[in-house]
Amino acid sequence: MLRIGCPWCGEREEIEFSYGGQAHLAYPQDPHALTDEQWAQYLFMRDNPKGLLRERWVHSHGCRRWFNVERHTVTHEITAIYKPGEPPPARRA
Amino acid sequence: MASTERASPLAAWPARFAAASASATDFTIRELPFTTQINVRGNAADAAFAAATQAVLGHGLPAAANTWAGTAERAALWLGPDEWLVVAPDGMNESIVAALRNSLDGQHAAVTDVSANRTVIEIAGSHARAVLGKGCPLDLHARAFSPPQTAQSLLAKAQILLQCADIRPAFRLYVRISFAPYVAEWLIDAATEFAASRGLDAQRIAARLA
Ligand SMILES: [Zn+2]
Repeated sequence: MLRIGCPWCGEREEIEFSYGGQAHLAYPQDPHALTDEQWAQYLFMRDNPKGLLRERWVHSHGCRRWFNVERHTVTHEITAIYKPGEPPPARRA
Repeated sequence: MASTERASPLAAWPARFAAASASATDFTIRELPFTTQINVRGNAADAAFAAATQAVLGHGLPAAANTWAGTAERAALWLGPDEWLVVAPDGMNESIVAALRNSLDGQHAAVTDVSANRTVIEIAGSHARAVLGKGCPLDLHARAFSPPQTAQSLLAKAQILLQCADIRPAFRLYVRISFAPYVAEWLIDAATEFAASRGLDAQRIAARLA
């Protein structure tokens, strides 16, 4: 069970949240200009690090807002939380 | 001809609520049916939006997350950084919606009557915190959750909007219509141990175990 700090509501239990996958994937400017391989790359391919991953979460049973979390995929340690539109914080060494 | 008379989702429950309230020591439960509920969205930092809503409601929309403003009868509950739930007694939905839309004319704002979305269950008394705590992950201690605190969370897996309406304490649970009988059943069950006859129950259990 994680405790996640919603940027608006503060720390709540994981059951109130839903996971939204990797963050900062920009929608292609012109999808029609992409090859099938490039489109598949955008749609399906995700980073899968053994370490820090920036990902989206939504406080689905709370304020229903999306935000970003930087989480260690091995330890589950949350190293940063920031609102949509905010730049990700500098990555720790 | 089919009846068009409205019915609350807990219309059949007053007798059970009364029985549960009567048998418990300092715990009451009741439905507040047909509460007017209006969803308001807009930019809280915009002075024109704040002034237009204040003019209609007589109180401001709370800026602090998870709080409410106003009175027990007429309040605005924080739902999100740009979203509130305005609550008022039965029958005021059309007049408040019209007044808000008129006042907010030309602004980037939304006013939606959602009165039929949820009903309100109120529980009160010194055992109310313990009853909620059995199924809710929030910190419900008085120092963490007292008026004007609100929260959106889960109670026994059902979504609730929880308002600490009074220091007594009294809690109002805004529950989806289709979940209301389930939540009512769960609350009555969770309050059973606070029945005045609990001493007898303990004796019975002890006799069974002996
Ligand atoms: Zn939240």
